[in-house]
Amino acid sequence: MKQNNLKSWYKSGAPGVWMSGGAVAIAIIMTIGLLLVIASRGLGHFWPADVVEADYSIPGQAPKVMAGEITQTEEVPRARLAASGLPVAEEGGEFMTRQLLKVGNRELFGADFSWVIGEWLSNPRTPAELMVVERREWGNMYGYLINVKENGQVVAEGEAAWDELQKRIERVEQLHAQLARLEKKDIGRINHGMERIRLEGRKLELQGKLDATAQAALDARRAVLDADYKVLEAQIVELYQQFNRDSMTVRVSDGRESNIVLGKVVRAFRPNAMGPLDKVGFYGIKLWEFVSDEPREANTEGGIFPAIFGTVLMVMLMAVLVTPFGVIAAVYLREYAKQGPLTRVIRIAVNNLAGVPSIVYGVFGLGFFVYVLGGSIDSLFFPEAAPAPTFGTPGLMWASLTLAILTLPVVIVATEEGLARIPRAVREGSLALGATKAETLWKVVIPMASPAMMTGLILAVARAAGEVAPLMLVGVVKLAPSLPLNGNYPYLHLDQKIMHLGFHIYDVGFQSPNVEAARPLVYATALLLVIVIATLNFSAVYIRNHLREKYKALDH
Amino acid sequence: MNDLAKEQLNGPKNPLGLDFNTPALQRKRRMRAFKDRLANWYVSIGGLAVLGAITLIFFYLAHVVLPLFQGADIESRKAQQPAWLAEAAAPLMLAMEEQNQVAMRLAADGVVQFFDVRSGEAMQAVNLPLPEGVAIRSLSEDQPGTRRVALGLDNGQVLVLQHSYKVTYPDNVRTIAPLIEYPYGEAPITLDPQGRALEHVAINLNSGSLMLAGATGAELHLLSLSREENLFTGEVTLSEERIQLPQVSDAIHSLLLDPRQLWLYAINGQSTADVFDLRKRNLNGRYELLKDSSNRITTVTSLLGGISIMFGDAKGGIQQWFMVRGNEGTPTFQKVRSFQLGDASVTQILPEERRKGFMALDAEGQLGVFHSTAQRTLLKQQVAEGASLAGLSPRATRVLVEHEGSLQRYVIDNPHPEVSWSALWGKVWYESYQEPDYVWQSTSANTDFEPKLSLSPLAFGTLKAAFYAMLLAAPLAVAAAIYTAYFMAPRMRTKVKPVIELMEALPTVILGFFAGLFLAPFLENHLPGIFSLLILTPIGILLTGFLWTKLPASIRHRVPEGWESALLIPVILVVGWISFGLSGHVENALFDGNMRQWLTNDLGIPFDQRNALVVGLAMGFAVIPNIYSIAEDAVFSVPKSLTFGSLALGATPWQTLTRVVILTASPGIFSALMIGMGRAVGETMIVLMATGNTPIMDINIFEGMRTLAANVAVEMPESEVGGTHYRVLFLAALVLLMFTFVMNTLAEVIRQRLRTKYSSL
Repeated sequence: MKQNNLKSWYKSGAPGVWMSGGAVAIAIIMTIGLLLVIASRGLGHFWPADVVEADYSIPGQAPKVMAGEITQTEEVPRARLAASGLPVAEEGGEFMTRQLLKVGNRELFGADFSWVIGEWLSNPRTPAELMVVERREWGNMYGYLINVKENGQVVAEGEAAWDELQKRIERVEQLHAQLARLEKKDIGRINHGMERIRLEGRKLELQGKLDATAQAALDARRAVLDADYKVLEAQIVELYQQFNRDSMTVRVSDGRESNIVLGKVVRAFRPNAMGPLDKVGFYGIKLWEFVSDEPREANTEGGIFPAIFGTVLMVMLMAVLVTPFGVIAAVYLREYAKQGPLTRVIRIAVNNLAGVPSIVYGVFGLGFFVYVLGGSIDSLFFPEAAPAPTFGTPGLMWASLTLAILTLPVVIVATEEGLARIPRAVREGSLALGATKAETLWKVVIPMASPAMMTGLILAVARAAGEVAPLMLVGVVKLAPSLPLNGNYPYLHLDQKIMHLGFHIYDVGFQSPNVEAARPLVYATALLLVIVIATLNFSAVYIRNHLREKYKALDH
Repeated sequence: MNDLAKEQLNGPKNPLGLDFNTPALQRKRRMRAFKDRLANWYVSIGGLAVLGAITLIFFYLAHVVLPLFQGADIESRKAQQPAWLAEAAAPLMLAMEEQNQVAMRLAADGVVQFFDVRSGEAMQAVNLPLPEGVAIRSLSEDQPGTRRVALGLDNGQVLVLQHSYKVTYPDNVRTIAPLIEYPYGEAPITLDPQGRALEHVAINLNSGSLMLAGATGAELHLLSLSREENLFTGEVTLSEERIQLPQVSDAIHSLLLDPRQLWLYAINGQSTADVFDLRKRNLNGRYELLKDSSNRITTVTSLLGGISIMFGDAKGGIQQWFMVRGNEGTPTFQKVRSFQLGDASVTQILPEERRKGFMALDAEGQLGVFHSTAQRTLLKQQVAEGASLAGLSPRATRVLVEHEGSLQRYVIDNPHPEVSWSALWGKVWYESYQEPDYVWQSTSANTDFEPKLSLSPLAFGTLKAAFYAMLLAAPLAVAAAIYTAYFMAPRMRTKVKPVIELMEALPTVILGFFAGLFLAPFLENHLPGIFSLLILTPIGILLTGFLWTKLPASIRHRVPEGWESALLIPVILVVGWISFGLSGHVENALFDGNMRQWLTNDLGIPFDQRNALVVGLAMGFAVIPNIYSIAEDAVFSVPKSLTFGSLALGATPWQTLTRVVILTASPGIFSALMIGMGRAVGETMIVLMATGNTPIMDINIFEGMRTLAANVAVEMPESEVGGTHYRVLFLAALVLLMFTFVMNTLAEVIRQRLRTKYSSL
């Protein structure tokens, strides 16, 4: 009976239906799962997790105290641990827990992270006084505050030290902002001015016009800048003294005491003493820091603002470049070219270009834009900078241009589709009223097709924002010294290299010396990128669907 | 269309009495017509220009690649017959310095004449300090680029000299002052204590130890000299060691020393090479170089690096031999490849100083330009009327030929000899390799390194990655597409499609990073889990499907048809949870707690953490939405009349699907797969991040690979613009472009045909 039942079930074709249905389910699970993993890891990083202190006793060794955040817990077969040389007892459960502890204090312990065996940890506790110090170098520090010093003299000890510390960190933070402004903005302006004077001089020299008066004028300007620089330098030295005035003494888990200059400290907090509301507030601060601050410690800490800025600026430039060209090509193909086999071939070719590997565009961009175009621009317009290249090296402009070529097919295809959707009657009506072809195009067709162009443009932007491979060749770097848009003439620096979100993920995740520490930040960056691109895509889809409805109504 | 400029708008009767032809209106009409024409031109030219710019990609890539496959060019310059040449003795050697300005000519009477390369004017002459009444019998040059020469004298002594050039810039003008140096003193070194004439010599200097070899008849002399300089007094002490080697049977023609001083090659008799092992001081072997007994060896040279020995024979043939370490560990001298110059006997082989290329000259004055590794004959050209002597410049851009009192200068343009079609795709026998092999190794820390540019391992890696990606993506995507288009409830469709669109939009850098940082270590620790998942998932799905029919109708009817996928999501999650939850237990039970070690130790399968399995999963993920959306489109647009007809005839939905729908839509599904394949082949970031990027040729799923695209991304920024490596990378990009373009075009053509077929139905 059962046999028969199974057979008829099989014959009905139901297994095939279920299996193919399973494929859909798998695809959905993969997508959602991937997003969930990225989101949980990326967002979890900013949460001030409790810092655990426990006694750790490896069999056969003296017990020691360890303190840190538990970042990862996994079950490992006992045999595998034994095989890796750990003194694991023969008997016991089949599995042991292994935990990755972020112990910080890299300058003392050698590494930020430490794998520990859960079974060997005993007496775990979360003392409220245990403090986490975020620093500008050497990563986090975990320990107890002993005292706060000013110029080496103890000013506060015990519980009072904590409030004193917070006050002084705030002061240091203000000084740091001042210093950053002086060093980046003011000194940057002077350096930029100096470089311009040098180039002007060189240019005059090349033109043979560098006579005594010109030289004197240049020297005078240089002297002004020099004087400015002297003043600034004195200010900076003074500020640095202030900046490094205070220090604190911290006792770390193994009992050692360490003296930390407050100039090196970004913030200090006690996660174990925080209530849920404090933690939410802290989370917000950290999240804001992530999107608005500059990276620290070889991109493994701090924020990703320059990368966001670079990506947005590059994509905007690309959009400005790609829209007119894409629209003109599409209008030509659909409205002006004689429809026939040739246009069909062109259409197929354009369509296929969207499927050409992006790295090919990168190679083309490097060879043609950077070396051929950029090299020519340099020799024509910037002979004074030679042999240092100005545009003959990867930079913002070439990155945007390469992406524009890469996304051109997307815009052409979308615009053409939009043009094709406009009912014939609308066009004929306009022509029948005596409008010329150009007038019909400009006043009737293009306004009606503009949402389709918008869709194409959004899709192009979404594709461009996620593209990395070609950019590695044409102008994206791991760390750009300054933003491509700043207060120095000519304000928008098309020749500068930029930072980019996608490349940031690749670089920090794979080229960083401290991958373990950088990992959560990579997840957070990835999440940000996914959100941006998903938003762009969904808005494009929304516009497209909206349009379809609109034209359906027009057709009847 | 409306031609406003010419049209006269005067109807037969104008009831309102309006005049449309006032000058103002006519002007306006003309203006509008002009604008219309302007727009026409503007759009046409602009549109064509944009489309042209896109095709520029292809032409530019081809333009960069093309020089790789062009041969060498030679241009002759005016011949010089300087007065000094007429009086000079017969030449032994011609050489040039780095800047191609100064040349030197060593004559048989021991006079070194330096002269200007362009004008042939004499610069200075040096009389070599030969002992009274002693003549030069033989000459040997050390490795290319050392400018060290040994002269064998007829009293059994050797004079070691070096021609060098001092470059100074007085008043910003480059001035080159040539001079002759004697690194081992002006007094000749005695090689044959009996004072017989040295018919052949060989010289090599390797980290302070000079080795000299000489031959008289069939007798060999070998001397090793170490030079020590006292740091304080500057005094030079030479310690000598005479090395005894077994006797050679025939009269020796040529001697060559290996630059690592491991081997001595003595060419004797017709065409025999005796190879001596200098460490063991015995004969390694006696090798017959030519099979043809009427032929004989006429000239011998070692190439750059000294590993390859080139033999020229009397019939114009040139052979390359080097020592190959056999499987038993004893190296043997083996013929690697051969070249043909002409019919006349080869008189001189000139090795290049920077590459493994060489030039050869024969008795009839024909010059050939060759490259050993690429096995390319780049050029053959008559440069003299008969026997002559040639010298090659250090950069291999100039050749100086002396023939009967006249000096002829040639300019050679040979930028990329090391690449040939066969070297790029076929097996190449590189020096120090046991056998011909496919190797990609573009750079190395070593200085006299030869780039090995075989695209085969990269193409193999590309296809391997694409294969594993398609292995996952093709069945999943096609099945999902069919289900979505054919079975799925419309309301679920509207929910599933955005998810797939999101999947398509995910940047590959995120997939790559996820694969490399999360998936790779996860899979390494849960290897049994992934395999049990592969087996358990289908079983779980089928079981659910079957059990579903057993459920009471009241529950079953609550879920309408076409929602099976939604039901399966929790099932698959549970199966996944079980698989990975049990993974450790399975590992403990079957593989001693470590499947990875079991694979490597028991099965002998090497395991990389970032392997093809990880790439397959990640890139499969990237490719699924591409295949899915096209395949879904193809299945969905199968005309409903076909489906309804089949169902009306009594076929079940599944029968209709397999026998009608899929058959009709199969070209569309096929084109979807091709587009997916094209995408997988060109994907860069995922492979870059999820594999170890080692260029190996192995289909093993647990090892990585290096793909063409990833290779370009890694190596492009550090390659020298216009160099061979740069152009080969462009070639890789061109190959990718062509491959994907052809795939996509085919797919597109198939789809268009399918569309016309559907519309006719």
